[in-house]
Amino acid sequence: MARQSVLEVRKLGMMPYAEALQIQQTLVRQRRDNEVSDVLLLVEHPHVVTLGVNARHRLSNLLVTPSQLSAMGVELHDVTRGGDVTYHGPGQLVGYPILDLRPDRCDVHRYVRDLETVIMRTVLMFGVRSSRIPGLTGVWVGDDKLAAIGVRLSRWVTSHGFALNISTDLKYFDLIRPCGIDRKGVTSLSRITGSRVLYESVESVLIKEFGSVFDCVVNSQGAVL
Amino acid sequence: MATNVLMPQLGESIVEGTIVRWNKKVGDRVLQEEPLFEVSTDKVDAEIPSPVAGIITKILAAEGDTVLVDTIVALIGEHEEVEASGSNDDGSPSSQMEERLLDSDGVDSGFVQPGERNQLVNQGFSPVVRRLAAEHQIDPNTISGTGTGGRVTRADVLRAAREMESVPGRVEPMTAMRSRIAERMVESRRTSAHVHTVFDVDFSRVSELRASHRSTYEEVGDKLSYLVFVAKVVVDALQEVPIVNASMDGSNIVYSADVNLGIAVALDWGLIAPVIRNAHTKTMVELSRSIGDLSNRARSKQLLPEEVVGGTFTVTNPGVFGSIFGMPIINQPQLAILCMGAVEARPAVVNGEIVAQPRSYLTLAFDHRIIDGAVADRFMSSVKEHLENFEESLL
Repeated sequence: MARQSVLEVRKLGMMPYAEALQIQQTLVRQRRDNEVSDVLLLVEHPHVVTLGVNARHRLSNLLVTPSQLSAMGVELHDVTRGGDVTYHGPGQLVGYPILDLRPDRCDVHRYVRDLETVIMRTVLMFGVRSSRIPGLTGVWVGDDKLAAIGVRLSRWVTSHGFALNISTDLKYFDLIRPCGIDRKGVTSLSRITGSRVLYESVESVLIKEFGSVFDCVVNSQGAVL
Repeated sequence: MATNVLMPQLGESIVEGTIVRWNKKVGDRVLQEEPLFEVSTDKVDAEIPSPVAGIITKILAAEGDTVLVDTIVALIGEHEEVEASGSNDDGSPSSQMEERLLDSDGVDSGFVQPGERNQLVNQGFSPVVRRLAAEHQIDPNTISGTGTGGRVTRADVLRAAREMESVPGRVEPMTAMRSRIAERMVESRRTSAHVHTVFDVDFSRVSELRASHRSTYEEVGDKLSYLVFVAKVVVDALQEVPIVNASMDGSNIVYSADVNLGIAVALDWGLIAPVIRNAHTKTMVELSRSIGDLSNRARSKQLLPEEVVGGTFTVTNPGVFGSIFGMPIINQPQLAILCMGAVEARPAVVNGEIVAQPRSYLTLAFDHRIIDGAVADRFMSSVKEHLENFEESLL
């Protein structure tokens, strides 16, 4: 009988991107050395645009200049994760699963699809039918992206993860060409349902679905400050 | 003995990966398990560790290359067996799988794709010679070569092209593009009642802003040319005076809520005006980028069919060729076209004094069947005012 793995959930609350990144990097090293179990970090970021490793002319996915961004109070970060440019901000549920995919889950396709499944099942609980678009990672409602995914693997330990728009102010996405893809829009749970959706409700449903899709026992902790 | 470094398989159904970054270069030492390169697939960026310790002797796939799983991407040796792999002039490793091919007369004849190298050996004409000859419509077999063993060099092609042009009594039929341009020019003159109005614009403010902001744009490969400033101001003015943005359909005037701005691009073999759709919704950065992208693709014949139709207004800039002002022909079925003259330092009178200022003549050609002089001048006054008092926050 297979022993289920344990997943520790840490809610970081509202935390700047760089700080959360440092926590991730420490956890990756610890996970790789087996000092900790699998961890799922859940966090909300103040306005920030992140430029991923794929963008060739990375700043060309920015539709305004860096100084205009900072005049608007939006931070800018270079990060070594997959995917191109994306935006994080208040109202967006960001998740960073730090999992060791060894020995039997060493398949990036499957990992990304599993993250998509977690999100798709979560939003279904709020009455939203979402889908995948072949060739385009992420969770979509029609032609609009509801959740973005960008992952980094370091010797099969995952970091970075997903960002689900709950009540995100979508006009910030006008500053970028999300994931370098032209002509597709973005959306949020609030926009689709036409009503306020509680962040905490989505968060708790997501944690349950994560445990179910990744077949692990969830161990929740309070906010780590 | 060298160890092969392979493109790993990151998933059961994954057949390839794209190399995003090499953490080491040829000649560097690497430890076992030390991150050697990064591969991207499906929005996942994976750090791949080195299988052994040693020295990188060869890198066979460059950043940006997509290779099949199990392809050898690098070699690690035990000794200092560093081989010269593709490198740029400054000694840094090439970032593309390209090599410089030197002509036999030592002149750099441009980049050759690895696959093309074999063709060179087979046909005797290098790819760059064949490309250049095709552009000038010359059969390379008719060119006498001055390279080693009678090889035709790039210089030979250019010489042959010059000779062709200076032959007296030369007769050449119009190409399809040339006939189309000829027809449209004459047709436009016959259709519209062309009237031209010229405005003299002070470019001091624009010059100042351009000087302080251009490096931010250039850092990302965008050009902040005078044309970008004019394009921005024009799309705003077109929303103030919508008749100038309208088009004719038979005897109907069709107004458009969108400004689809055509930018005239001079080509070696003709002229084309690709269209920036919804230019009125674009930021300066986006306009600059669209202008650069459309011009480049126009010159390399990579425009899409939908990019050359649907314009509502056109801007042309012969000022870059030295013209001080133009009297352009309207691009049918549009109703007007704006022409930029060279931006030059000229004397102007300010508060009774003569000062030197960068100035440019902007000409509007408009169709007087539909647009009257007062309307045209109202449009141009708005363009002039917004250029002379350009809003810095737009940059």
